[in-house]
Amino acid sequence: MSMDIDITLTVNGERVTERVEARKTLVDFVRDDLGLTGSHVGCEHGVCGACTMRVDGVIVRGCLMLAAQCDGATVETIEGLSDSGEVADLQAAFEQRNALQCGYCTPGMLTAAQELLQQAQARNAVPSRDEIREHISGNYCRCTGYHAIVDAVESVAKARAGAKS
Amino acid sequence: MKPAPFAYKKARSLDEAIALLGENPDARLLAGGQSLMATLNMRLSAPSLLIDINGIGGLGGIAHKSGAVEIGALARHTDAERSATIAQHAPLIARAMPFIGHPAIRNRGTLGGSIAFADPAAELPACLLALDGEVDAQGPKGKRTIKAGDYFKGLYETALGPQEILTAIRLPAASADTRVGFAELARRHGDYAIVGLAASARADGKGLKDVRLAYFGVGNTPLRAAGSEAALARGDIDGAVAALDLDPHDDIQATGAVKKHLAGVLLRRVAAQLMEQRP
Ligand SMILES: Cc1cc2nc3c(=O)[nH]c(=O)nc-3n(C[C@H](O)[C@H](O)[C@H](O)COP(=O)(O)OP(=O)(O)OC[C@H]3O[C@@H](n4cnc5c(N)ncnc54)[C@H](O)[C@@H]3O)c2cc1C
Ligand code: FES
Ligand code: FES
Repeated sequence: MSMDIDITLTVNGERVTERVEARKTLVDFVRDDLGLTGSHVGCEHGVCGACTMRVDGVIVRGCLMLAAQCDGATVETIEGLSDSGEVADLQAAFEQRNALQCGYCTPGMLTAAQELLQQAQARNAVPSRDEIREHISGNYCRCTGYHAIVDAVESVAKARAGAKS
Repeated sequence: MKPAPFAYKKARSLDEAIALLGENPDARLLAGGQSLMATLNMRLSAPSLLIDINGIGGLGGIAHKSGAVEIGALARHTDAERSATIAQHAPLIARAMPFIGHPAIRNRGTLGGSIAFADPAAELPACLLALDGEVDAQGPKGKRTIKAGDYFKGLYETALGPQEILTAIRLPAASADTRVGFAELARRHGDYAIVGLAASARADGKGLKDVRLAYFGVGNTPLRAAGSEAALARGDIDGAVAALDLDPHDDIQATGAVKKHLAGVLLRRVAAQLMEQRP
């Protein structure tokens, strides 16, 4: 039975083919093999959210998926979301509101928040502060105390809703 | 930490996965990975092979048929959370879903994985017991169905055999007189519960009958509270709290005495939900 697995997947729009150790997690793969170090590694057991990234359109824990499971998948990391401009307004709001200090949690926080904002936009709603807190409940920030993060996400939610109508 | 080395194989069918389990006695099935990967990363276990069942077709459905709601083992928590079938026909599950972990966990975690793992503080095992549901399993000797009451055996221990795969869970569909209640206490939203309670009953005039209370986080398995069920059916909430015969152990979250007190608090909340008349 194979300890090494060949995978072909799309990462931030680019097709990648690699041979990976079966036990390698997705977050270690993107960091160590692809050099995409925006996704962070904190707890390595699903609790902190620092490794949050998108696989096939939904956010997942990069530490709780194997790279071997991502054959054929579409993976998007903070580098991809950032380069495409998809989260540019969110990044600006985080900076403006001091919603980051050390920045360790920020890539995961932005990726999680963006999912909520997209879901809210799809149903033409602005998420409440409670909904924002619930959606980022799996993302720990040890610096900011969360208020500034919730403020930043809320302001972008309102701005996007306003820009659309 | 990083997991110890293992081999990985993506199974294409139930038969293939069952055969692989037979050939590799210390292999583990990989469903959502939201419990398994965490334990592997912490090196709490070191299987030689992971059998990924995510590619097996036909295991992810959610359907309402002949008076029951059948949920395939690979249905993700998010699928259940958004399912109109579950909202309408399995309202207890709908109430419980938002309490399970966080969005990124629910995007991957499966209902089958949760019932197979049988964490004593998890929501879904208690819901299965409260609803008197059943579990479908398939193994080398074929298929069988296990009633919830016979399924939970001990701490992380179920009636599933070493080569059996949970394929679906089945719950009686709600009817007009079905009443359900759900409450839990956790330190932070999405954490495993300190204590939780899932309940079902049927309206009987102004009262209740067939009350089933399933506590979680208070023992090695989800636990019924029989004395309290009888008291609630008589409409006696104080009596139901007094009749709570739980004996929870101290754990990292709270002492047994605190848990027992909280169990009474939850009972009052859930009793109010059960007695609320439907609009
Ligand atoms: C941060 C965090 C918070 C969480 N909070 C909660 C919570 O509040 N409540 C809660 O209930 N859960 C919680 N979970 C766990 C989550 O719900 C898991 O998804 C679930 O417990 C297991 O499902 P899975 O599909 O991920 O299974 P896996 O992790 O893939 O598997 C778990 C175990 O079950 C076995 N298994 C899986 N599928 C089958 C099958 N079909 N047949 C036989 N055996 C099988 C596996 O071999 C393994 O031993 C949390 C997880 C994390 C990381
Ligand atoms: S590193 Fe993945 S959740 Fe903490
Ligand atoms: S900014 Fe430091 S952890 Fe969030």
